[in-house]
Amino acid sequence: MSIQDQTIQDNTNAKTNVVGAFDMPHIRIQPSRGWVSLRLREVWEYRELLYFLTWRDIKVRYKQTVLGAAWAIIQPFFTMVVFSLFFGNLAKIPSDGIPYPIFSYAALVPWTFFANSLTNSSNSLVQSANLITKIYFPRLTMPFATVLSGIVDFVLAFAVLIAMMLFYNITPTTNVIWLPLFLLLALATSLGVGLWLSAMNVQFRDVRYVVPFLTQFWMFATPIAYPSSLLQEPWHTLYGINPMVGVVEGFRWALLSTNTAPGPIILVSSLAALVILISGAYYFRRMEKTFADVV
Amino acid sequence: MSDLAIRVENLGKEYRIGGKRERYKALRDTIADSVAAPLRRIGKLLRGQAAGAADMDEVIWSLRNVSFEVKRGDVVGVIGRNGAGKSTLLKVLSRITEPTEGYADIYGRVGSLLEVGTGFHPELTGHENIYLNGAILGMKRGEIDRKYDEIVTFAEVEKFIDTPVKHFSSGMYLRLAFAVAAHMEPDILLVDEVLAVGDAAFQKKCLGKMGEVAKEGRTVLFVSHNMGAIANLCHNALLLNDGQITHTGPSAEVISQYLDMITERDSGEVLLVRTPNDAYFTRVAILEATGQITQSIEVMSDFKIHFEYEIMRPIAGLEVSFSLFDRYGSIIFYTGLSKSKTVRNLDHEPGHYIVEVHIPKNFLAPGIYSIAIALHQPNIRFFDQRDHVIGFSVVETGSEDYKYAGQGLGSILVQFDWTVQKSYGKN
Repeated sequence: MSIQDQTIQDNTNAKTNVVGAFDMPHIRIQPSRGWVSLRLREVWEYRELLYFLTWRDIKVRYKQTVLGAAWAIIQPFFTMVVFSLFFGNLAKIPSDGIPYPIFSYAALVPWTFFANSLTNSSNSLVQSANLITKIYFPRLTMPFATVLSGIVDFVLAFAVLIAMMLFYNITPTTNVIWLPLFLLLALATSLGVGLWLSAMNVQFRDVRYVVPFLTQFWMFATPIAYPSSLLQEPWHTLYGINPMVGVVEGFRWALLSTNTAPGPIILVSSLAALVILISGAYYFRRMEKTFADVV
Repeated sequence: MSDLAIRVENLGKEYRIGGKRERYKALRDTIADSVAAPLRRIGKLLRGQAAGAADMDEVIWSLRNVSFEVKRGDVVGVIGRNGAGKSTLLKVLSRITEPTEGYADIYGRVGSLLEVGTGFHPELTGHENIYLNGAILGMKRGEIDRKYDEIVTFAEVEKFIDTPVKHFSSGMYLRLAFAVAAHMEPDILLVDEVLAVGDAAFQKKCLGKMGEVAKEGRTVLFVSHNMGAIANLCHNALLLNDGQITHTGPSAEVISQYLDMITERDSGEVLLVRTPNDAYFTRVAILEATGQITQSIEVMSDFKIHFEYEIMRPIAGLEVSFSLFDRYGSIIFYTGLSKSKTVRNLDHEPGHYIVEVHIPKNFLAPGIYSIAIALHQPNIRFFDQRDHVIGFSVVETGSEDYKYAGQGLGSILVQFDWTVQKSYGKN
């Protein structure tokens, strides 16, 4: 009798357990205090949304333009032409022994990606105000998608870079296998700065006016029109605090085999990019709770 | 525990609004401030506080001490006046905004539908928007693939599915947007007043779908001003007033509490805030035959419904209309200026207008009624529309029907000619 009772009880227990296992996900909604976790797992769960948002940005970007995706090339290409004319031909700025046009273009390709990502991601939340106030999703996906969608433009501009390398008869060495790493560095920097700016932009529309100024300023602080080899050590390595220095020099080294072998400078840049990215993500998450109320 | 879908405990949401009074400041202070204030703000920003939190002292509690439980499979209506906190409640429960205090436990996957067509992109085709919108609503790609045909059929847009939605008519747009949302399969569905848009056919379709969803055993929290919809779809309801729950219970009970409340509030006259539109109501009142403002009318006396509205530019064919609702929110009749026997010209020059509608005695049965009013060009546009703007009661004062005490009489009192003959035919 008692044994039977026991089994029956066990059965019920098992059943409750099964129900528990089948049971719905449970969330507790409550005010958050202080620094909150990044909830990256949730971002991963919403990866399809990330995909669709990226895809939307790409799809929509050049709708109703005459030149369409050609804009992705025109921007860096004509900057290169202007730079070559004024800095290369007139000012005779050294270019590490490489023809000036390709020297500057190899830097302008990642730079344009960075500058556009910065502008677009800093506006991403404000532009999607209607989404943010009407539906829940991890807000991190928003600036992230904008940065990712810039890769298409990057690829187009990069194709021109390859054409130029053929034209100048430059064969890349095995250094080229490191290229994805530098792209990743550019991506991390863009995302990090994008997170800071987009979250700030929700509350302070001043950001809108800061961004054009910031990109211009940052461009001259990055060795695009000139080589970083103009600087002496230890300043040269410290220069890597601007992560885009590492990206630009990395690109040149990987593709054009400049002699500025990026040792410590890349390390410093990667570290700087990581700091910007992580601090940006935490700042973003911290501000996230106010987005829907303020935007 | 397992039969619980939502548990809300002492939930509160505070909003800060600007409006702190500042004392007179000298120019010097202003200049000093213009330098110091941004620095202070940057300091605050870095500490992660909301923008200018301290500059804005006035706070409103949009929700306060809200506690309730919803059982799995229950369909609960949320009713209350505008600004009572209904939308805030849904926003907190769908995690769009964080509560300021208290907590809510949610058991299950939540789908929220606070607006139809959130995230639709005008440049993308119908097909593309289905996938984008589905993803935004939290549907998995496989799920959308499976539902795709059903969505397109429901929306009746098969022919235009590869056209950018910016070329859609507003009806098609709404149907498609609703179709995507209606095919979500969350455990808990939070729906705001989404059915307030679109034409009658669309609303009927939406309500039909909502009814289906409710029958499938899903938990639904449904905000609406349409008492008829609440009464039909929801088993239970919550009544919110100024951010607090004042009543919970079976929906019919709560609805009549709500209607009592809005009638009680009204003194027989409502002044309205202007809208930015070219035509808007300024005042609505219930008047006795003598012109006295009242909120209860004797069943045996005539009365008037009095509207005032402002016209900002010449408008041709402007319809001024109102609908009368009974205490359950069912519509009794709709009428408008164009149905008037005396008024022929509906063109309006700019100015202030007063309209009075005479309601004869012994027409409305004793009971509680409310009125919705609208200024619109039929089938073109709405200038102003106010649901349940004013309420009034018709009271029994000794008519022949007094013995029924207003029960079972319906809403309209009728007097027909009857004939009675005693039949002498075969049995």
